[in-house]
Amino acid sequence: MVSKLMKGLVYASSVFTFGMLGYLVIYILINGVRFLTPSLFSWQYSTSNVSMMPALMTTLMVVAGTLLIATPIGVFTGFYLVDYADRKNPVVRAVGMATDTLAGIPSIIYGLFGMLFFVIFLEFQFSLIAGILTVTIMSLPVIIRATEEALIATGMPIRQASYALGAGKLRTLFKVVLPVAMPGILSGVILATGRIVGETAALMFTLGTATNLPGSLFASGRTLSLHMYILSQEGRHVNEAYATAVVLLVFVLVINALSTLVSKRLAGGGK
Amino acid sequence: MSRTNKITVRDLKLWYGDFEALHGVDLDIYEKEITAFIGPSGCGKSTLIKTLNRMNDLVENCRIEGTVELDGKDIYSRKVELNNLRKRVGMVFQQPNPFPKSIYDNIAFGPRTHGIKNKSELDEIVEKSLKQAAIWDEVKDHLDRNALSISGGQQQRICIARALAVEPEVLLMDEPTSALDPISTSKIEDLVSELKNEYTIVMVTHNMQQASRISDRTAFFLNGNIIEQDETRKIFTNPSETETDNYISGRFG
Ligand SMILES: Nc1ncnc2c1ncn2[C@@H]1O[C@H](COP(=O)(O)OP(=O)(O)OP(=O)(O)O)[C@@H](O)[C@H]1O
Ligand SMILES: [Mg+2]
Repeated sequence: MVSKLMKGLVYASSVFTFGMLGYLVIYILINGVRFLTPSLFSWQYSTSNVSMMPALMTTLMVVAGTLLIATPIGVFTGFYLVDYADRKNPVVRAVGMATDTLAGIPSIIYGLFGMLFFVIFLEFQFSLIAGILTVTIMSLPVIIRATEEALIATGMPIRQASYALGAGKLRTLFKVVLPVAMPGILSGVILATGRIVGETAALMFTLGTATNLPGSLFASGRTLSLHMYILSQEGRHVNEAYATAVVLLVFVLVINALSTLVSKRLAGGGK
Repeated sequence: MSRTNKITVRDLKLWYGDFEALHGVDLDIYEKEITAFIGPSGCGKSTLIKTLNRMNDLVENCRIEGTVELDGKDIYSRKVELNNLRKRVGMVFQQPNPFPKSIYDNIAFGPRTHGIKNKSELDEIVEKSLKQAAIWDEVKDHLDRNALSISGGQQQRICIARALAVEPEVLLMDEPTSALDPISTSKIEDLVSELKNEYTIVMVTHNMQQASRISDRTAFFLNGNIIEQDETRKIFTNPSETETDNYISGRFG
């Protein structure tokens, strides 16, 4: 009886969740698609066309820059924590704890930290580099955790098999463990990408909100989310904000689909 | 009968943290013979077999005293190159643990590790090892298949082939058939009996028939000690120690 009730509840809530998601998507599509005009994609932003093109490009730049820094650092930290570190070492425990804590901090805090440290203290001003470094710190825990989980999930047996054949630690890690863990690590990286694309609070006070494409690492810009946020906040371009939302939505859905695809292949045992 | 000592263990003590799992064990393993380890659960069979290729180095807080010699040389000496030791003393585990790679890449992994790159040379090693492990005929037409896609018994023979591919001198097997069905088990028993012409084999088993069928010598373990080691025939028909007798005749363990 109770289990039937539970089943019903679970079923109802999943229908509700799915319904809400569907409603949201359809609502945005209906309100946005018809305002997707070519002028919204012109290379030059002006107050009359409110083009999202510079923001779209800036988003790609921020994502690329962040992944370029965060992926190697995050993946190697994950490697270190799982396969090299002595778990009782206080430094290692501190790294693990820092990772967990970083993961739970609201993004506005990252924004404030980025502003105080990169923008003001290091005098980067509102700039691409300040934005990238800030969201790098934000993405690290995601990538580290995904790497750790993927590495742990590979298990001891294949490591033992490799060691027993006379393979050293590095060879075991790169030739045996990494290929198996790769999909898990990748889906972590994709998850981090999703976070970056959707981020506003951490970027507002670091990347800034300049409307044009940043000409250098030290120039300000705005990402798509930020652009949309500002458009709807200003209230004069609500339709264009919806149109922008359509593009952002497509972006995020593509990223999610990618991540699902990758983790499906992970579940399939690689290869 | 003239026999050569391949591995000599003397007064070996082993601790996991504060727990002493082996209390000063002496053991002789002779060249090109099958030595079986028998004894009740938790008596230290796996612990001892792991010291022979230093897999216990991977266990945190594990410490040993005493000596283990391979061909008269201490394998725990500083001068020993660990990867080379493990090339000479191969291991097959209780659960088949093939890499999630193709059958070919599983077998070629060891030789590649030790520097063989030439494709035709690798092809030869793969074929030879699979034949030695009596699984060539079953897999020769799909060497590119994922090794996880074949049956457990086949996987275990792949693991044996993989271990043989680095041309070890000693093969350690910790209950290699306990996870397998009777048919796979008897295939592996035949295979092991065949392999002793070329290799020195140490095998842990819970299966008395298996030990008496295929091993030349048997060591009986109890609570971290070796109570008795002798010719298998002697252990199973006329053991010197009453504990051995009790265990063999199924009175405990
Ligand atoms: N990594 C470890 N840490 C602590 N204690 C261990 C560890 N491995 C084994 N032991 C203990 O050492 C003793 C011997 O274990 P071992 O695995 O060698 O027994 P075994 O004879 O192989 O038993 P089985 O027949 O069940 O495989 C047991 O008491 C076991 O609990
Ligand atoms: Mg055991």
